[in-house]
Amino acid sequence: MTTTESNDVEAAEVVVDPNAVSVTINGKQFTARKGDLIIKAAENAGAYIPHFCYHDRMSSVGMCRMCLVEVDTGRGPQLMPSCMFPVTPGMVVETESPASKAAQEGIIELLLANHPLDCPVCDKGGECPLQDQSFSHGPGESRYIEEKRHYEKPIAISELVLLDRERCILCDRCTRFADEVAGDALIQFTSRGNTTEVTTFPDEPFSSYFSGNTVQICPVGALTAKPYRFKARPWDLEEAESTCTTCSVGCRTAVQSSRDELLRYQGVDSDPVNWGWLCDKGRFSFEGVKSDDRLTTPLVRTANGHEATSWNSANAAAARMITDAIAAGGASSVAVLGGARGSNEDAFAWARLAHEIIGTPNVSAQLGDGLPVGVLGMNRATIDQASSAATIILLAPDLKEELPVLYLRLRDAAVKNRSRIIEFAPKATGLTRYAWRTVFYEPGTQADAVSATLARPEIAAQLAKGEVVIVAGRANLAESSAGTTAALLALSTALPEAKVLPALRRGNVVGAISVGMRRGKGGLDSTGILNAAAAGKIECLILVGTDPIADVPDADLARRALAGARRIIAVDTFITDSSRLADVVFPAAAYAEKAGTTTNIEGRVTTLAHKVTVTGTSRPDWMVAAELAQLLGTDLGFGSVDDVTAAIAAAVDGFEEVTAEALEAAANGVLAGVASFDPITTPTVVLGDRNSYNFRLVVSRKLYDQAVGTAHSPSLAKLAPGGAVFVHPLDIARIGSAIGADVKVSAPKATIVLSLAIDDSVQRGTAWVPFNQTGAKIGELIDAAAAVTDVRIESL
Amino acid sequence: MSRLTEDNVRVAHEIISHYPRSRSATIPLLHLAQQQDGYVTNDAIRHIGELVGATSAEVLGTATFYEMFKFEPVGKYLVNICRTMSCALMGGEELMHHAEHRLGIKAGSTTPDGMFTLEHAECQAACTEAPTLQVNYRYRFRVTPETFDALIDDLAAGRLDSEIPAHGTVARIRQHIPAERGVGAVPPEDATNAPSWMTVAEAPK
Amino acid sequence: MTGTTYSHAPGFVAGDRPQIVTSRFEYEDSYTLERALATDGYAGLRAALSRSATEVHDEVKAATVLGRGGAGFPAGTKWGLTPAGVWPRYLVVNGDESEPGTYKDRLLMERDPHQLIEGCLIACYAAGLSQCFLYIRGEMALAQERVAAALNEAYAAGYVGRNILGSDFSLDIVLHWGAGAYVVGEETALIESLEGNRGMPRLKPPFFPAAIGLYGKPTIVNNVETMANLPWLMRNGSAAYTAIGSATSPGTRMVAVSGHVKRPGVYEIINGTTTFRDLLYGAEFCGGIRDNNELKAFVPGGGSAPWFLPDQLDLPFEGRLIGAAGSMAGSGAVMVMDDTTDIPNAALTLTRFYAHESCGKCTPCREGGTWLMRILDRVVAGQGTQRDLDQLLEVGGTICPGDFPHASSERLGLAAVPFPYKMTTICFVGPSAYTPVHSALTLFRDEFEAKLVKRTFIPVTAVSVSETEAAL
Repeated sequence: MTTTESNDVEAAEVVVDPNAVSVTINGKQFTARKGDLIIKAAENAGAYIPHFCYHDRMSSVGMCRMCLVEVDTGRGPQLMPSCMFPVTPGMVVETESPASKAAQEGIIELLLANHPLDCPVCDKGGECPLQDQSFSHGPGESRYIEEKRHYEKPIAISELVLLDRERCILCDRCTRFADEVAGDALIQFTSRGNTTEVTTFPDEPFSSYFSGNTVQICPVGALTAKPYRFKARPWDLEEAESTCTTCSVGCRTAVQSSRDELLRYQGVDSDPVNWGWLCDKGRFSFEGVKSDDRLTTPLVRTANGHEATSWNSANAAAARMITDAIAAGGASSVAVLGGARGSNEDAFAWARLAHEIIGTPNVSAQLGDGLPVGVLGMNRATIDQASSAATIILLAPDLKEELPVLYLRLRDAAVKNRSRIIEFAPKATGLTRYAWRTVFYEPGTQADAVSATLARPEIAAQLAKGEVVIVAGRANLAESSAGTTAALLALSTALPEAKVLPALRRGNVVGAISVGMRRGKGGLDSTGILNAAAAGKIECLILVGTDPIADVPDADLARRALAGARRIIAVDTFITDSSRLADVVFPAAAYAEKAGTTTNIEGRVTTLAHKVTVTGTSRPDWMVAAELAQLLGTDLGFGSVDDVTAAIAAAVDGFEEVTAEALEAAANGVLAGVASFDPITTPTVVLGDRNSYNFRLVVSRKLYDQAVGTAHSPSLAKLAPGGAVFVHPLDIARIGSAIGADVKVSAPKATIVLSLAIDDSVQRGTAWVPFNQTGAKIGELIDAAAAVTDVRIESL
Repeated sequence: MSRLTEDNVRVAHEIISHYPRSRSATIPLLHLAQQQDGYVTNDAIRHIGELVGATSAEVLGTATFYEMFKFEPVGKYLVNICRTMSCALMGGEELMHHAEHRLGIKAGSTTPDGMFTLEHAECQAACTEAPTLQVNYRYRFRVTPETFDALIDDLAAGRLDSEIPAHGTVARIRQHIPAERGVGAVPPEDATNAPSWMTVAEAPK
Repeated sequence: MTGTTYSHAPGFVAGDRPQIVTSRFEYEDSYTLERALATDGYAGLRAALSRSATEVHDEVKAATVLGRGGAGFPAGTKWGLTPAGVWPRYLVVNGDESEPGTYKDRLLMERDPHQLIEGCLIACYAAGLSQCFLYIRGEMALAQERVAAALNEAYAAGYVGRNILGSDFSLDIVLHWGAGAYVVGEETALIESLEGNRGMPRLKPPFFPAAIGLYGKPTIVNNVETMANLPWLMRNGSAAYTAIGSATSPGTRMVAVSGHVKRPGVYEIINGTTTFRDLLYGAEFCGGIRDNNELKAFVPGGGSAPWFLPDQLDLPFEGRLIGAAGSMAGSGAVMVMDDTTDIPNAALTLTRFYAHESCGKCTPCREGGTWLMRILDRVVAGQGTQRDLDQLLEVGGTICPGDFPHASSERLGLAAVPFPYKMTTICFVGPSAYTPVHSALTLFRDEFEAKLVKRTFIPVTAVSVSETEAAL
């Protein structure tokens, strides 16, 4: 070592880190970060301070007083709630001094005074902070001989969550979460003092999309989730970290099972993504994986309908269908739809099979409800960038309904005053109440709305304040993507520096498109494929984990496409309206039954855990593709899922860094690079004459609908709100029917009957119908060929 | 039933206009609802939530924190007898025993005719005049069994109707800020300049 | 008409002493604008408006107007704690008087609302506070009516509202009223309540109202009596103000003496020099203990204050001296117990009050307060054990760890432990549930022991075997 070098080292040491705060914790020097709360700094220093109300994703309230420790800031040791005070230079913290311990023991005794100690029959027993901290920091005995508080136990506060008020220690975690994080202040403390309790208002249950988080953060067994109650003891659970693929936010989860049965998903705190939160749909969707209706063996169509068969014969049949199709109509008469619900590996193997072995360019991972793939080639934003941008522009579906945890992140940005939201929407969304400006547009006119808004001086001033992130997706399934695409182009032209976060919904849609499930040169997009099939031009239609009849907005087109396709091969977990029509059905391994990787809207690649044995003989999609490739004469060289992951890294633009080793090493996954895609071209939006169709139709998704995963999760299925047509209250008079009455809703294509409802978040002159709900076949009215859908609403 | 009446909605809007944020009107509006119905109904809670921009649960949480709000009907006259130290030293407990006998009910309940609800109260801020009670928040001082009986007789006979309104009404005079005189409440985020009479140089450091 | 009518000011006893805040009380119509204007009303405001805000603020600082709510922090200093350049700032006047034994703010609101309004105007002018909220306790119907009427008069006459008295000073004063929760008297809980929430205190820091108060903006919370001092101060100047009272506690102060005295009442006393002996025995004050009984103990500063014995009678009513002697001056409320008093029961009336008034936020107060009350209830009912008495002190030790303040006692050979106590709660409601228990048990343990259950057989409870044996 030379003198110069050693000087450099010393010089480096004297540079004062402005964010470093030197403190003493239990006699040891520790460098904490400026702004860290004492409790956090101590934990970082290896000194755990017991607590109940403190949660590092919520504001501190100093309620339970469990985290009292002796702190000396130069005026002598004082007991201070360590969750409320940030570290200051020179602070001396004693977490285990006699005074600290006496305080902690005292609080435990008081918390247990009214706690029922019914641990043997409590779901939380074994993973209960109250139990654990009574053991580690409690006095070991109780001197309390008075009568304990008694309440009816438990009471249902929603369809999913039960509350046992006797166990509750009033830490304010669930109530704070509901108000602060979810924005659904439907549970509250009521009464006062010793009789304080958590309750809902009569007839207004805790119907938050995020209610399950309260169960997870409850530090006692006061809140329990119906799908998990009395199903297991925590010590019998095995767990593996994974990523939720219910939507494309990519929340990290812990998948828990016992005796090879999925029992619970818990949120894992991934700083760039979900902060520990999950939506209820993601949390409880494991029920669908366990469903008795899952496909267990391959099926082939015979004269008697579907019959179970072996994998060998199914593979042979499928390979023959593909060969016959190519012989009959050429490679491009084979089309592959899907891939967005599987892993990157599934999609990559199918993309290779389609593009390279079959040789068709007609491949799509979207279903007529997405955006041109070029959106993924735009200057991509991360969720963190979006939620710290000065301005967030929403040209997107209702994120609370479609990408719930992204909604939480953006809501947080708005309520904490980091960001201002400018929203363009056809009707109010979950974020409207937090938006700085909301511009309501009539479907099809969003580009005009964008141009007019950008011209306003106060908008321009806001946009000049710093980073801008555009969240882009389809707000209305009853119009083509043209209006949104045109508006997005208008925005990106006016704001060339702005980043774009795609709000595409299906779990791995970004991954599937990125690794190749998109049209090749001269190929058709999903609507094109369906039109071609309907016109009898598709000899073989392959559905990879997709159900066009349920998911394509234009239901008639989907039906005609499946009827017109000469041969259909489906890979699916269930028999759906679409796979029912297939000639060969391969049973697919579901979430948690296969390993691999997934890609979220940001392009973040994370791992999927293989936690339980597959259902029946089902196989992961990639394996089905590899087998078929083999039978078609090419070995893809995929012996294991790791081979596929490695092949993606080797072959896919932007995925070079996404290796098994990198994923292993990264706590929060690996951000894939942005590859180049065909750029979006400006579409023309032709709005026809409305004639007598006097309501313009808006169709959008609710979190809970009739989609296959939800429908097979009993706890979630009943939460789907059902169908109706909603209009603005002032438009009711035009229709001449009473609220709740059945009305005829007609479009040029069809007429359906729906019950009439009002919603003042619907704009006048438009009608809103939730997509894919029981009793509301709104897809019958949607015309994929038209820019917008206009309807007439009449009394029966 | 029992949302605020049209007249009371007007009063509610006037009250809300006094505050920079409408949530601040929650307690005054709960009083208004109680004045209307004698107690706070669930419908009123829901209505107040709509008026101030809170969920029903939030309004319920606030309402149940405060003792004056009742969630089921109480007597026309709510008789609160103080039992905190000064009154207890001067015979408050004995007064309560007498009241229970006189009215034939235990503290915390209502006479069958719906006239009187008897409650223990904590310190009424009239400690030098112990023992004290309030009837619908109107004071009586240095109460003896005899003056208590006379009070009950007077109330039952309607002789105090002009002084003591039925339960629910607290103050009978409201503040009205005349439009031409009032400054007007502004949300705090819109009032970030120094007030007119304070130059920045004068502002306290 | 039965009983005492509520329309005048029962309890107030005037005397041959300076009157800073009660000078209008002698008039039957003291609450009207007409009477106020006939007796120097709003002259203090005119005097203030003739000077700059800074000058007015300096005058208040020079007078050392101690806060009359309980903590005794100088108002002028408090106003100066707002962060520079942060607007808006608010004034919240605390009229939620409900500390046991305390009776003064209600009188000031009922009897002289214009004086209070004038005080608020002066404070807002001096400290640049752009809106004032007058928070009156919910149960005080008359005070609310009087203040509402006075505000309506004052608005109409141009004393409140836009361009007051033709100046560029504009201010709205909003009458707000509570709904029955003692803890709302705590300033951060008062702010929560004014925001429409449950009145649960916030932790200081970071929520010092002067920095982060109403709607997260700088907020001054002052007591009604504090505000009522300002008109006189503005009319007469700080020199005249400090000429009354002691150097550390200038001016006068409203003190309510209740309980076993011959003439319980509210007195405006000279601050800092009047002793408890003066108050309890002086001819111009209470005139001695009722029936010429012996004094047993007294609470010097509201229900939250540790108790004093006859040993402390010669202390003046002065915050620091009372603190050193083991209690606090608090809200100016003296509660007197003569030798007929059942001490454990008296303690129970206070402990029950604070247990009942706990907001439920901090575990020690929510659980500990009620626990104390239940044990004490059992002891008073003759069902207590020796173990229960120790348990009372142990539970108290969880709420207030370490030495707890108490008075000195010659009889018991006790030296004083000075105020304040340490606490594991955010506010003083929890400790206050323990205060009477601690005072009574420390000073009169024999009275508790006399009530313990007398039996030779102790039934099995959660008490451990060794302790059961010890009890036998």
